[in-house]
Amino acid sequence: MSATSKVLEYAAGNPGDLTLDPDDPMHGELMKINVGPQHPATHGVLRLSVELDGETILRCEPEVGYLHRGKEKTCESLGWRKFLVHTDRLDYVQPLLNNTAYALSLEALAQVEVPQRAQEIRVLMMEVSRIMAHLIYLGTTSIDLGAVSMFFFTFTEREKAYDLLDAWSGHRMNNSYIRMGGVYADVDEDVASSIKKWLSAFPAKIDEFEKLLTGNAIWNARNRGVGVLSPAACLEWSLTGPNLRGSGVEWDLRRAEPYSGYETYDFDVPVGSEGDCYDRYLVRIEEMRQSVLIALQALDRLEQSQGQDFLLQDRRYVLPPKSRTHDSMEELIFQFKVVTDMQLPKGSAYRGVESSKGELGFFIASDGSSDPLRCHVRAPGLMNVQAIPQLARGRLLSDVMAIIGSLDFVMGEVDR
Amino acid sequence: MGSLKEVTTRDDESGFMATRVNELLNWGRKNSLWPMPLGLSCCGIELMAMIGPKFDIARFGAEAARFSPRQCDVMIVAGTLTWKMAEAARTIYDQMPDPKWVIAMGVCSSSGGMYDSYAVVQGVDSILPVDIYVPGCPPRPDALIDAIMKLQRKIERENPLRRVLEGPQELDESGTGRLDVPANSMVETHSMGTYKTDSGLRTDQYTGRSKEKN
Amino acid sequence: MGALKHMLSLGWDEIRETQDRDSMPTLTIALERLHEALEVLKRDCGFETVTLVTAIDHSPNEPRFELVHQLLSMQNNERLRLRCALRGDHPNAPSCTDLWPGATYMERECWDMFGIQFDGHENLRRLLMPEAYGHHPLRKEFPHQGIEPDRLYREWNRERIQRAEAKTSQEGAGR
Repeated sequence: MSATSKVLEYAAGNPGDLTLDPDDPMHGELMKINVGPQHPATHGVLRLSVELDGETILRCEPEVGYLHRGKEKTCESLGWRKFLVHTDRLDYVQPLLNNTAYALSLEALAQVEVPQRAQEIRVLMMEVSRIMAHLIYLGTTSIDLGAVSMFFFTFTEREKAYDLLDAWSGHRMNNSYIRMGGVYADVDEDVASSIKKWLSAFPAKIDEFEKLLTGNAIWNARNRGVGVLSPAACLEWSLTGPNLRGSGVEWDLRRAEPYSGYETYDFDVPVGSEGDCYDRYLVRIEEMRQSVLIALQALDRLEQSQGQDFLLQDRRYVLPPKSRTHDSMEELIFQFKVVTDMQLPKGSAYRGVESSKGELGFFIASDGSSDPLRCHVRAPGLMNVQAIPQLARGRLLSDVMAIIGSLDFVMGEVDR
Repeated sequence: MGSLKEVTTRDDESGFMATRVNELLNWGRKNSLWPMPLGLSCCGIELMAMIGPKFDIARFGAEAARFSPRQCDVMIVAGTLTWKMAEAARTIYDQMPDPKWVIAMGVCSSSGGMYDSYAVVQGVDSILPVDIYVPGCPPRPDALIDAIMKLQRKIERENPLRRVLEGPQELDESGTGRLDVPANSMVETHSMGTYKTDSGLRTDQYTGRSKEKN
Repeated sequence: MGALKHMLSLGWDEIRETQDRDSMPTLTIALERLHEALEVLKRDCGFETVTLVTAIDHSPNEPRFELVHQLLSMQNNERLRLRCALRGDHPNAPSCTDLWPGATYMERECWDMFGIQFDGHENLRRLLMPEAYGHHPLRKEFPHQGIEPDRLYREWNRERIQRAEAKTSQEGAGR
């Protein structure tokens, strides 16, 4: 058996002894290198310890936890309501999707229904968030693979979206806009029309991105056939979202378990065929187009539902308007109760949303008191990180950057 | 901004240009800051936005972000620093060549912010000397640009010549963040108080300075 | 609900089915037969994916821990939650990584956060906290601010300073 095939077999996970001839110039020495936790291509503070033979990866072990902030513990000491601001900072490129997932879980546990208009605003917000998250994927992944100008193109678009969110919710990032029982504020008509303007112009920008990447020889060479995931492997490794759909499994929570009225929207679920990095890229590009379509439909509906309630009027869970707490005793008491001592019924609930990374869900358990018993974040990013060793094994070191980029995770969510 | 005219006087007739060594060095340093972007969490995205097209930190000469600490002189700690990451952050800081500055971007790195939890460092100033604190969660890119400008003003007041003439001095790790006092002279006002642990440790122990040395 | 019917037909009489507040079917299973049940569910009922493995700490009540598995069947568009009580003094549970390798990190996290041992897990290390941390943060008795959160850093820092001082004195001697 030649040294090369011996090494590749070892890399494929068949243990046995890997004894190499030290005089062999090609395979004489194994090397262990450490990527991260501070590395531009690991998209945050991920650390990989990589065992190499030359450029070939034999083992690749991710080490996470460098951004573990103890969110789940924090929820237990903060209470249900105040934890909402922490959900923004889970996957910080898509705060509104996180808000929605958490709000949906709380609503499932409390068994309350959200007003129609709030659902429409949520859908609009979630799709804008998805576009923004995919823009980050596109910008950072292509900068890792050498297409530096993409970063500037995608960030130009993100800045436009940031300005809209700023006008809409009051902050560029970490908006905490979606609350239990609805949304924090109604959508202003001016803002809605500028969102519409931005969304209508956006498909042309996607074409521009595609012109730069889709047919690009370097992009193809770096992505095609790299990091191939079979459908069965995706299911075994609990992968969801674009990574699963890139392998050809048509599974989208917006279709399978519709929430916030997604069943009434008209959209396609793109799926890939090969399951490599390139297919995952194509799926995300197409998802952005579909998001634009959904968001435009939601905007049309918002015009129809102008003036309706955007927040549930249930004083057990939702704060009364601030103006009324100043002259109404009852409202003041409600405000006090909700802020200090919001109780959810005894039991547990789980709701997942289709986030830009996969199925993001919150499993919450309450013992009936105001102190949460348990709040578990089902982070799709953690599953994506888990898939790195399988995909990297036997590949070249430079492929790891393509694989990390295309699996798409954000450490804030992975580590929590 | 950044014109040599700011720090020189010249005589066109005779072709002389006069300046002070300190001013010239500081002028060069402050207009060519190389940030080391320690993008840890949410603030990292705003840090990218600051480097990106709209805010364009290149206008202030600080666009050359390098992920290799050996090439950098200002470390921007953007995001939540956890105790697990603290060792890496400190190592990166140690690897940066002198002179070096630190910007704590966001409330997490300034004080621990909203994370009063078992895993989070309650302010990076407990392990690193910080020059500028930027509030916000995350701060807007404009706020970070303001921090870069404040750092430039701080650099203007430094005395690099003293370092050359008097030889290498003990590294000062006071981390004051005050603009009105020259750098490397703020040892006494290191007043971050005690860190909230059962062990009752002083922050000085993380920066490797004992009280006697002060 | 197909899964329960199938299990009952195989003679699993002790299983109780309840519905949680989110109307997800939930089976409560004794610890001894947990792995067997998971195997049946994967093999016969089409649950090809595990969505989450986590635990709830009911301290000071006994049995203290409750292990929660949540399964997903994409072909039947069906979800199922399994609950299993664990004793506080001996929190051991069978690992399901042989059925779903995707549970590897979930179980490691469970060990890290709650100190629940998974028998049969190949690589049961801490996931999020450093290996030498010594506590299980999500247990109810663990304070939110932590117990000496800086201990490991302090130890590392002491070594770092010693190294730096040794280097300085070496250079001084060389001069």
